[in-house]
Amino acid sequence: MPIQISLPSALATQTNGQRKLQADGATVGEVLDHLVAQYPSVGPRLRDEQGALYPFVTVYLNDEDIRFAGGFAAPVADRDELVIVPAVAGG
Amino acid sequence: MTALAPSAITAHPLACLNCGKTHDAPRPAAVCESCLGPLDVVYPADRVLPDRETISARPHALWRYREWLPFVGEPVAATDIGWTPLREAPRVASALGVRRVWLKIDALSSGTLSFKDRVVATAINAVHAFGLDAIACASTGNLANAVAAAAAREGIPAWIFVPEDLEVAKLVGTLVYNPRLVRVRGTYDDVNRLCAQLADEYAWGIANVNLRAYYGEGSKTMAFEIAEQLGWRLPTAVVAPMAGGSLVTKLRKGFGEFLSAGLVQGSSPRVYGAQASGCAPIVRLVERGEGPLIPERPDTIARSLAIGNPADGLAAARILRESGGGAAHVSDDELRDGIRELAALTGVFGETAAGVTYAAAKALAARGALSPDDEVVLCITGNGLKTAESLVHDLKNVPIIAPRLREVAALVS
Repeated sequence: MPIQISLPSALATQTNGQRKLQADGATVGEVLDHLVAQYPSVGPRLRDEQGALYPFVTVYLNDEDIRFAGGFAAPVADRDELVIVPAVAGG
Repeated sequence: MTALAPSAITAHPLACLNCGKTHDAPRPAAVCESCLGPLDVVYPADRVLPDRETISARPHALWRYREWLPFVGEPVAATDIGWTPLREAPRVASALGVRRVWLKIDALSSGTLSFKDRVVATAINAVHAFGLDAIACASTGNLANAVAAAAAREGIPAWIFVPEDLEVAKLVGTLVYNPRLVRVRGTYDDVNRLCAQLADEYAWGIANVNLRAYYGEGSKTMAFEIAEQLGWRLPTAVVAPMAGGSLVTKLRKGFGEFLSAGLVQGSSPRVYGAQASGCAPIVRLVERGEGPLIPERPDTIARSLAIGNPADGLAAARILRESGGGAAHVSDDELRDGIRELAALTGVFGETAAGVTYAAAKALAARGALSPDDEVVLCITGNGLKTAESLVHDLKNVPIIAPRLREVAALVS
């Protein structure tokens, strides 16, 4: 089932300007792998050489930070949405 | 909405702290467009820095340090912010068992009674420099107050996003300035994520998102003022609260810049960071010593520090270690006691974050991190009147009497 993916504008330079994309997979990790298969230059902007998300990138599955939801192994289903957001903060 | 007229002030360019790419044409940017890494201001290598006499002759505002702030030209807004009191607190020194203690009291900041007036002073000038339509922020309260007030003063629209359950004074103290205040169901981290997405949708200057590099530099002025108000010297240790983690990194940077400029001598202070136990991802990272920051779901009355996924957490943990300092977290009961004891010993009523800072200083002293030779500055970053709910139960111990002498006599005896 295709999963909706929302990218920040800073990554859209790697996806021909598209910020709303679709990718397949049964888990968050598989969906991201599929996204990277379509747009290889996105991969090294999300994960380090060990495959871990960079600390300044956060991935949300339906508003939930995936670090609270099982990480890359978190299962996804039809109509789920992945949102990739750069980590910026300050109270 | 109307954009501001072009301003006489211009902003310095940004560079990525992760990949090093320089973004030559200054404009609002949340992150590096090459790698999503954090951005920092690039100052001209050949800029002329002022000496002590030049700085001393300038008005008592944070712009007296303008060469270390991210603009060229005169500030056009918030020109009178900064220069909060530095007050010695000998009874706190006795309580902590150190040589001397001072409070840096941003709780009395002339804008909206918190240190966020400093970062908004630089953010609102960035709004002018870029000619933006509106200013916005994600906030745990103090930033909301500061942005709303600064926008009102400038007559520009403001969009303020906060967690719905903030303290009443922080909500009313924002709404009174008539911004577009929006309460979001969720934690600060949810609000922050929303604002990171909004930065891609609207031509707003979001203080702590796409103006963040400019905003953050305002925090350094707390370090500059501490050094100047101590008589152009540095304390041996500083204790400050941590939410996103930016303030401790900017204190360290500020002290370092004054040392590099030869304005002060000696060693950079040890920096200690304080959090509430119910949201202490940075302190726990310091305690683990290595590895990734593990985000937390906040559960503390110190709402101004309730950021479970602090973007500057890794940088904060690193500079605490590098400085020779450390970190401590305290329970909500300890922070309430901290507010009470700080007030009783100094006459200063700090907010919950100040209770955290004071209680953490006590914990650090108890474990020997602060020594009898230390000269310590406690950063009191927000005003207790904004979080009065935290101590409202104390009122139950206050007698209520008829206006009769004998009722007072019964209390006196």
